[in-house]
Amino acid sequence: MSHVLSMLVEDKPGLLTRVAGLFARRGFNIESLAVGKSEIPGLSRITVVVDVEQGPLEQVTKQLNKLINVIKIVELDPAQTVEREHLLIKVKVDNTTRSQILEATNLFRARIVDVSTDALVIEVTGDTAKTQALLRVLEPYGIREIAQSGLLAMGRGPKSITERVYKN
Amino acid sequence: MPTESKPVPTKPKVTDSLVPPKKTAGTAKAASTAKPEILTGSGAILRSLENLGIKEVFGLPGGAIMPFYDELMSSTTIRHILVRHEQGAGHAAEGYASSTGKVGVAIATSGPGATNLVTAIADAHMDSVPLLAITGQVFSTSMGTDAFQEVDIVGIAMPITKHSFLVTKAEDIPATIAAAYLIASSGRPGPVLVDVTKDAQQNSAPFVWPPTIDLPGYRPVTKAHGKQIQAAAKLIAEAKRPVFYVGGGVIRAEASKELFALVEKTGVPVVTTLMARGAFPDSHKQHLGMPGMHGTVPAVLALQEADVLIALGARFDDRVTGKPSEFAPDATVIHVDVDPAEISKIRVADVPIVGDAKDVIADLTSAYADAVKKVTPDISAWWKRLDELKARFPLGYDEPEDGLLSPQYVIERIGAITGPEAIYAAGVGQHQMWAAQYIKYERPNAWLNSGGAGTMGYGVPAAMGAKVANPDRTVWAIDGDGCFQMTNQELATCTINDIPIKVAIINNSSLGMVRQWQTLFYNGRHSFTDLNTGHDTVMIPDFVKLAEAYGALGIRVTKKEEVDAAITLANETNDRPVVIDFIVSADAMVWPMVPQGVGNSSVQYAREKAPEWEEE
Repeated sequence: MSHVLSMLVEDKPGLLTRVAGLFARRGFNIESLAVGKSEIPGLSRITVVVDVEQGPLEQVTKQLNKLINVIKIVELDPAQTVEREHLLIKVKVDNTTRSQILEATNLFRARIVDVSTDALVIEVTGDTAKTQALLRVLEPYGIREIAQSGLLAMGRGPKSITERVYKN
Repeated sequence: MPTESKPVPTKPKVTDSLVPPKKTAGTAKAASTAKPEILTGSGAILRSLENLGIKEVFGLPGGAIMPFYDELMSSTTIRHILVRHEQGAGHAAEGYASSTGKVGVAIATSGPGATNLVTAIADAHMDSVPLLAITGQVFSTSMGTDAFQEVDIVGIAMPITKHSFLVTKAEDIPATIAAAYLIASSGRPGPVLVDVTKDAQQNSAPFVWPPTIDLPGYRPVTKAHGKQIQAAAKLIAEAKRPVFYVGGGVIRAEASKELFALVEKTGVPVVTTLMARGAFPDSHKQHLGMPGMHGTVPAVLALQEADVLIALGARFDDRVTGKPSEFAPDATVIHVDVDPAEISKIRVADVPIVGDAKDVIADLTSAYADAVKKVTPDISAWWKRLDELKARFPLGYDEPEDGLLSPQYVIERIGAITGPEAIYAAGVGQHQMWAAQYIKYERPNAWLNSGGAGTMGYGVPAAMGAKVANPDRTVWAIDGDGCFQMTNQELATCTINDIPIKVAIINNSSLGMVRQWQTLFYNGRHSFTDLNTGHDTVMIPDFVKLAEAYGALGIRVTKKEEVDAAITLANETNDRPVVIDFIVSADAMVWPMVPQGVGNSSVQYAREKAPEWEEE
């Protein structure tokens, strides 16, 4: 089963190697990874999706917590979490398929961000189910290229992962 | 709801409190009032080490660490011991640390100097040894260009250190060294690497001490939860077949005194693992010996038949548990460890207690006193069973049939003649197991060995480091002929620097433990385990001549009646190191033994003879 971990880490060189190394050492495959700044200067936020059993997940979470540069780890409950990923899809078009693709793009509330005679680049944002569904619709037309972000996730409600991190 | 797996930190608390008070406060005190002194980066490394109270360091210079060595030469408070190989520096620092509880320091240059430290760093990581490794790195401007002697040692060391730092700026040095020292010595101790580029060593910056240590993600837990301690105390009081399963954490936490009080108070039997030998006196009647693959039968079966297992600073290593699914099947497990990641890693803990062993054990003792007000413990039937096992299956060995010296006898005599105040460092293999079994340990930090990593060659340099830290104690390296050939170059270091260690080579002319497994599990096919150093061989090298070449006293012993005199002579010789080449039988085996991959109930007292044990 897939788990979404949200980590608050110090923005230090080699940090990503340390985190990725821990997963690799246990033989875990990282399904998705997203790294970016948090709202606190000097701290980054990493969102990792891994497919492991609960027991090994707890073990690797404890190991991650032991990393000196890791401040906090939270496992996000899917029911209480907003999840988004971002895709750029380059799909083949010709005069017979263009309008069908445009229609599908609109239905998925995706956007065309580049147009040429033989191809369109479509941008879509959503949870994994939505982006995968769009991909399935576009597949018959011929997908030339995909660039995909890691999953971004945030707990619903007013609480923040960073609150109390630097409370006195 | 999101599940928080780490307690929310309050303000990052890890500051200078764990850094020992500086020795020469002059410069540091001035920091707050006057302008800080300007030092080169290498001067800052030295001053930081001095301020941290470091007295001895082990190392070997090379290009990228030369600026620091130039400073080191003028230090009046730090003694540097020039080793012959960086691995020797690493193990010496480990021996220094393990025999004192202080941080050991090893220094090397970039590239091969740094990679030669890797084995020792990995060893320290497995055995939780507080080790500070300082390496030189090429100029920051050359990094990533395959410069001469460039290697990404921070990257290499990541999985085998508690933490590693790369320093490229002179001004970052004091805070980094102080943070490294703090990390290495606090919580669960371990190795920390500080890699300093040559330009960071050469450039100058204000030296601020004490520096601000900024480690918001580092919060070792020390004080445990009171409720869990009460629950544990209640379980112990109600138990019918309890056992204390004592690991090396008790030694690292300096909790032997507290353990002694708890054990006496409860009357519960104790086993001490390979890493914990000496944490509890061997002479005590509640001590059943060492558990595990080569443990005593009473210790192995006590764990196996226990109804309550109290693991104190132990990590359920496979060499202790045997097949984990068959380990201690009826036991409720109380697991005390300072490292939360050890709890339920191998065996699910029914009562997990995260905390420092010293505090937790003391708290357990008082909680137990409360618990017995409500329950009257009764473990007399358990002791009856254990006393029977002790009487039936004492540690013992037969004289070898080939008439050669018995290795167990030699080691037993070294321990008996030299006594418990000495320090014993071992290599890895049969001689290590015999040294763990047949030397009687009465105090912590007297037994040094490579338990987790199993590093052959640990013995001689570790003994050297221990002798530097404990000049008034007799220090023996109990070594094998294979191990000795891996690191004996440090005998030169010992002779030249007046570090008179004693080395007992238990020379069975082979890689003995591998040979034993070949005999038992590979149809006696002794594939590449003969070293030709012993009886009836060409004896290359000749260890006595080798000892003499190094300026040590070399003695060869082939007969039982020569053993005591040689040991006594070694103990009395303190103007140079001593090497005794004990030519022993290659056929002696380590018993008892639990074969790998089976449950501990299959412990064999001697070959083909399993002790009785109660069917479930």
